Amino acid sequence: MESEIVSTFKGTHLLSQLKTLWTVFLHTFHRRETVQYPEQKPYLPPRYRGRIILSRDPDGNERCVACYLCAVACPVDCIALQKTEDETGRWYPEFFRINFSRCIFCGMCEEACPTYAIQLTPDYEMSEYDRQNLVYEKEDLLISGTGKYHDYSFYRIAGMAVGGKDKGEAENEAPPVDIRGLMP
Amino acid sequence: MNEILAGLLNAIGILIALVILAALLTWVERRLLGLWQDRYGPNRAGPFGGLQAIADMIKILTKEDWIPPLADKGVFVLAPMIVMIAMLTAFAVVPIAPGVGVTSLNVGLLFFLAMTSLAVYSVALAGWSSNNKYSLMGGLRSAAQMISYEVFMGLSLMGVVMLAGSFDLREIVAAQAHLWYFIPQFLGLIIFTIAGVAESHRLPFDLPEAESELVAGYHTEYSGMKFGMFFVGEYIAIVLISAMIVTLFFGGWLGPWLPPLIWFLLKTFIIIAFFILLRAALPRPRYDQFMSFGWKVMLPLALLNLVITGGVLLAFNPPM
Repeated sequence: MESEIVSTFKGTHLLSQLKTLWTVFLHTFHRRETVQYPEQKPYLPPRYRGRIILSRDPDGNERCVACYLCAVACPVDCIALQKTEDETGRWYPEFFRINFSRCIFCGMCEEACPTYAIQLTPDYEMSEYDRQNLVYEKEDLLISGTGKYHDYSFYRIAGMAVGGKDKGEAENEAPPVDIRGLMP
Repeated sequence: MNEILAGLLNAIGILIALVILAALLTWVERRLLGLWQDRYGPNRAGPFGGLQAIADMIKILTKEDWIPPLADKGVFVLAPMIVMIAMLTAFAVVPIAPGVGVTSLNVGLLFFLAMTSLAVYSVALAGWSSNNKYSLMGGLRSAAQMISYEVFMGLSLMGVVMLAGSFDLREIVAAQAHLWYFIPQFLGLIIFTIAGVAESHRLPFDLPEAESELVAGYHTEYSGMKFGMFFVGEYIAIVLISAMIVTLFFGGWLGPWLPPLIWFLLKTFIIIAFFILLRAALPRPRYDQFMSFGWKVMLPLALLNLVITGGVLLAFNPPM
């Protein structure tokens, strides 16, 4: 039966504490893990869900066809748009508004878009002092490039007859069959 | 006349230097803690974040200085002052360098022990006057801890007094000219360091004031400059205990070719860095664990140290 003095002394785990002191002291020679923002920026992978953009297809026309799928998919209803047609029959949004004070950067709109128009980019430096400045209009969102998907153009594949392309002239499409020509 | 001027200069100079040092120590501690935690401390305000201390001071001075409604007003305001006064007064006997130092009492060591005992008042009064049951419990625990650890703080120093033959701190420093006392009194050094850490309630003995314990214990209700005084008082206690460790065990200002003042400051800074390492590394024990540690392990060890030192001295220098 050991005395209380001995058992209390053993309970201090003195050697283990001294080892801890030495280990923490050795941290003097380790490199520090801090990323000194804003002089250094952290690494962002390419699929990082940051600021939303509207892209154009490789021909230079905007990809968005105003199908409203992104507005429906958005869990916080931060997208507002209105469809209109140009004179060739091509659909495009008359206005396209995203309220970034509501946006949760979930990427549901990018997943819902059938034309790869709306995309999320690795950019997060969007701070503003006034909440109204966080509502981005189409001229703030539309970019001149193709975004993350370089080759896709919806209207070249779709079957509609829009400006410059008749029915049957899309990629991988056979010309329409004249059903009256088969009649005996 | 010259002596009066020199004495006045010493006193005022040491006072101002101490308060500035305690304020700078807040920044030094944060940088050192960051060094040992693989991160930077404050490094934005001024070169290497040096102006952070001033920024903190401005912040704490502009906070609302609030007294709880049913608190005992006089005692509430008095409590932080007591710790500052006691710790600053205890510095009067610390020999910083030959010629630098406020006074040289022939009972200097007893004076130091008495002043650190007064600091218990501030903790107990703060806990009581806050009119808050958590502060009261924190104050009671802290007072019990400080009183228990004071017992063997004094006992562990008696070995040094026996070796030097005097309570006067300057004579103790002079007696270490051949051998610094941390070698013959190693056990006394360990015991005094642990007691000193407990007296200034630093980790691992900071149960009274840890943020996650009893909602910050006895200084829960304090804000603004009063809290700042508790805070600065704690840092002055750290500097005081480090200075005493250097004086009693590591030869004070003694050392080869550097000037004595630089040696003293260097050694004190190394001990302060060791205190900060203690905070960075060690976990906090439970209250009953460190009370039993103090009474069941430290007190017998201090008595053992006393007996062995006395025995060895008697054997080699028997009184005629």
